[in-house]
Amino acid sequence: MNSTTTHFVPSRRMGLYEPLHQMSMWGDFRLDSPPPPPLVLEVDANLDNQSEDTSRPTFGASQEASKPDDKVLRRLAQNREAARKSRLRKKAYVQQLENSKLRLIQLEQELDRARQQGMCVDASQLAYTGNTNPGITAFEAEYGHWVEEQNRQVSDLKNALHSEMGDMELQIFVEGGMRHYFELFAMKVTAARADVFYIMSGMWKTSAERFFLWIGGFRPSELLKVLSPHLDALTEQQRLDIVNLTQSCQQAEDALSQGMEKLQFILAQAIADGLLREGNYLPQIGAAMNKLEDLVRFVVQADHLRQETLQQISRILTIRQAASGLLALGEYLQRLRVLSSCWSSHPRDVCVSKI
Amino acid sequence: MEKIVKLASENGILIFSKSTCCLCYAVQILFKELRVQPRIIEIDTLPDGVEIEKALKRLGSGGSLPAVFIGGKLVGSTKEVMSLHLSGNLVQLLRQHAV
Repeated sequence: MNSTTTHFVPSRRMGLYEPLHQMSMWGDFRLDSPPPPPLVLEVDANLDNQSEDTSRPTFGASQEASKPDDKVLRRLAQNREAARKSRLRKKAYVQQLENSKLRLIQLEQELDRARQQGMCVDASQLAYTGNTNPGITAFEAEYGHWVEEQNRQVSDLKNALHSEMGDMELQIFVEGGMRHYFELFAMKVTAARADVFYIMSGMWKTSAERFFLWIGGFRPSELLKVLSPHLDALTEQQRLDIVNLTQSCQQAEDALSQGMEKLQFILAQAIADGLLREGNYLPQIGAAMNKLEDLVRFVVQADHLRQETLQQISRILTIRQAASGLLALGEYLQRLRVLSSCWSSHPRDVCVSKI
Repeated sequence: MEKIVKLASENGILIFSKSTCCLCYAVQILFKELRVQPRIIEIDTLPDGVEIEKALKRLGSGGSLPAVFIGGKLVGSTKEVMSLHLSGNLVQLLRQHAV
């Protein structure tokens, strides 16, 4: 008993940094899965034993002494017992919290492992898919396969570029890579028709990818700007063509962005129509739903812009340059996914130390 | 139909649009950025707007607005305009027919 009470203070100073250490200290108690009551009962038994074992000459002596002193001393002893019991109950409760915390950390680590294996499982996404939209469920499954295939293609492309492969064979890899992206755009259009908000929020992407979101995907001009410096042996004409393509892309993006802003405003107005007036607002919801059709068209246009950019850049580059470009893009996206995983496991450590 | 042909031949750069259509607005913004001033006809403000829309569908703009005419010829909708722009051919075409 004394050993545990004297150790109680240091454990509070440690905070919850070393739950394992604390667990071994409390080895005397049965802590496998104890609900507080049994533990307290056992403690009570120990307390009762201890109070008899502790040498308190005055206590023993007062049993034969005058009754008023006896009552006072008994009350004091009872208070001490009560205080000790409540301290131990508190310890047991804290221990349960720690166990739950450990279990939570384990679950999150499992989730991260699944994420790192390229499955686009995301904690926030798990919460979202309380919906049962079959179009979206199908898209998510297809996207999982798409990423797996993408990873395969990236490593194939890497090997192909490092090998002695000729342009004719390399062309097959390039065309395959481009087609793979076009397949994704087609998948997205179908998914946008099922749930345009899902696509607009980038829900199927990892968190770092979502940071770069523009109308349900990447901004093509941004990708051009990030990746083209890594292309080797560009001729002057190629450099110029890339600059022009980037500018045209940006202009098209700006036009679509401004169109989107107008759509947002029109949608907001439609929803807000008749606020504070009597009557139901179902007509307003109906009007807003009609406007959402326009949103689908924007997503389709944005993906078309991405596809068109890919096609144009492949016309500007040689086959070998296009292969490098595709590899660079694939690796870049892989790195973003890894960043998302790393980031989601990083802030947790900060939180633990603050509890 | 004849009205469309007539309007298209009268205006170097013509966009059939709707006041509520945000993609039409996006194309207008693009042309503005490229420093051309198209003639914009908002068919929802015209009495025969519905007929014009039907006629445009028959012409092959896919029924979707905006319907863009350059030099009297139907270029297409947003998709075709964007493709043309990214291939670098839009600016040249616009300059040829700009007022």
